[in-house]
Amino acid sequence: MDKLFDFDLYGRLFALPYVQAALIAAAILGLLAGVLGPLIVSRNMAFAVHGTSELSFTGGAAALLLGIDVGHGALAGAIVAALVLGLLSRRSSDHDSVIGAVLSFGLGVGVLLLWFYPGRAANKFGLLVGQIVGVDFASIALLSVCGIAVMLVLLVIYRPLLFASVDPDVARARGVPVGGLSLVFAVLVGVATALGVQTVGALLVLALMITPAAAAARVTASPLRATVLAVVFAESAALGGFILSLAPGAPVSAFVTGISFLIYLVCWTISLLRGRSARGPAVLTNAVQLRNSVSG
Amino acid sequence: MTPAVSLRDATLGYGDRILWSGLNLDIERGEFIAVLGPNGSGKTSLLRVLLGLTSLSSGTATIAGEPPGRGNRRIGYIPQQRAIDAPLRGRDLVGLGLDGHRWGTGVSRIRERRQRVDRALADVGAEAFAKAPVSQLSGGEQQRLRVAQALVSDPEVLLCDEPLLSLDLANQRVVSTLIDRRRRAADTAVLFVTHEINPILPLVDRVLYLVDGRFRVGRPDEVMNSETLSELYRAKIDVVRVRGQIHVVGAQSGLCEDDTHHLHEEPA
Repeated sequence: MDKLFDFDLYGRLFALPYVQAALIAAAILGLLAGVLGPLIVSRNMAFAVHGTSELSFTGGAAALLLGIDVGHGALAGAIVAALVLGLLSRRSSDHDSVIGAVLSFGLGVGVLLLWFYPGRAANKFGLLVGQIVGVDFASIALLSVCGIAVMLVLLVIYRPLLFASVDPDVARARGVPVGGLSLVFAVLVGVATALGVQTVGALLVLALMITPAAAAARVTASPLRATVLAVVFAESAALGGFILSLAPGAPVSAFVTGISFLIYLVCWTISLLRGRSARGPAVLTNAVQLRNSVSG
Repeated sequence: MTPAVSLRDATLGYGDRILWSGLNLDIERGEFIAVLGPNGSGKTSLLRVLLGLTSLSSGTATIAGEPPGRGNRRIGYIPQQRAIDAPLRGRDLVGLGLDGHRWGTGVSRIRERRQRVDRALADVGAEAFAKAPVSQLSGGEQQRLRVAQALVSDPEVLLCDEPLLSLDLANQRVVSTLIDRRRRAADTAVLFVTHEINPILPLVDRVLYLVDGRFRVGRPDEVMNSETLSELYRAKIDVVRVRGQIHVVGAQSGLCEDDTHHLHEEPA
């Protein structure tokens, strides 16, 4: 544990190319997760993200077996999964059961594919819990391109997407293509999830995509502020988790999930404290105001 | 001057079920029309037609000078009160009514946007709770924000889908008064779908009453009487006026259902 505070060791580690590559990867992922997270939370898509991440694991496993790059396989798997989930569950009432059915089957297929693969066990494990230090510059390129593409699409569709996410009925009435946007958003989430699978792993993507956004939603109701906070939280978890894991050589995912959960707990506590002090007077002023506007 | 809303020989049906047919209706600017009728009579479907979400089976419709199409910016829409659990402040909800349908970032118009949202919030007296999360507001406060959301884009026609449902009497008055004030101030035509006419009776110019594919259009006293409604329902209906309120007796559950409905649900 004393390695955690050995700054000389950190200096040497940061000079290593694979550490730099991993830091870039974590930074891109943190940004994407932070920007997409609040929308995912607004749309109640946490389970869909989980499903997509597990199915990107299936894609990665298939790629491993076929001898294709695992990153591409994971990406393809996540996009296919996102489209399937988006098309199968246009009605939100059966959303969860559709995801449950599809993801358990997909995960089973993935496990079977890994069993067929004759290679080293480390590769198998890496798909589940992430191996950010294995990120090479080819994957950094893929990551950057995907990251920029996701951000550009998001810039163009952000307002209608937010409208459709928080207020679908009125958005539809105002001519926003709600159904089409949810498919596009599912694909964006699929791409970001696939990138996450390679850093923190399929099973822990929620720690970056959901937890920071959920924490931000606890302390602000402004979509803009929630997005900024979610980016800060996700970057703290992604970069902080990676850096802390370096010296002890511990698994990245343990630190990433740990930090993001800690942030969540802090925000949760803040919202509890705030709620207790602010609730009473606010209700009272509203009642007085209402009476005035009725009589006025 | 062209009417704000015009329906010519309009028929709407799903499969072999006809909701209404041969509907002719012109709504003038500044006119307040209540659309009444039992559940499943096609009140909300009429709104869907005007919003461009459903096509007429036959006939023509124009609204704000154009055929109905998705995203006509000269139409405002107020839905019934429904819980919003997404993290969102009141002023964000209103802002989405202004530019939520636009692509791109909108950074260049940010100052104009703020001013218009502020004005819309002030018009409905919502400044005090505009920064609170919508999920923590009362139903009445949420509906006042809904009015601001619909009016911020300065519409020529206001389509209201049961906006008073699940509000208490005081809030029903606040919200309907806000809508009335707007149509008088800006000559906005109001099409107000409701199952309960009494809260808006003093404001209504004309009533469109839909029953089983039949309909009547006219002033409230022309439509809301025993003879006309008995004819429409093809049953004995008594309309009683008590202290300025209209009570319809004999239409059974058909008139007073409190079932909520949603714009995006197709009728069965």
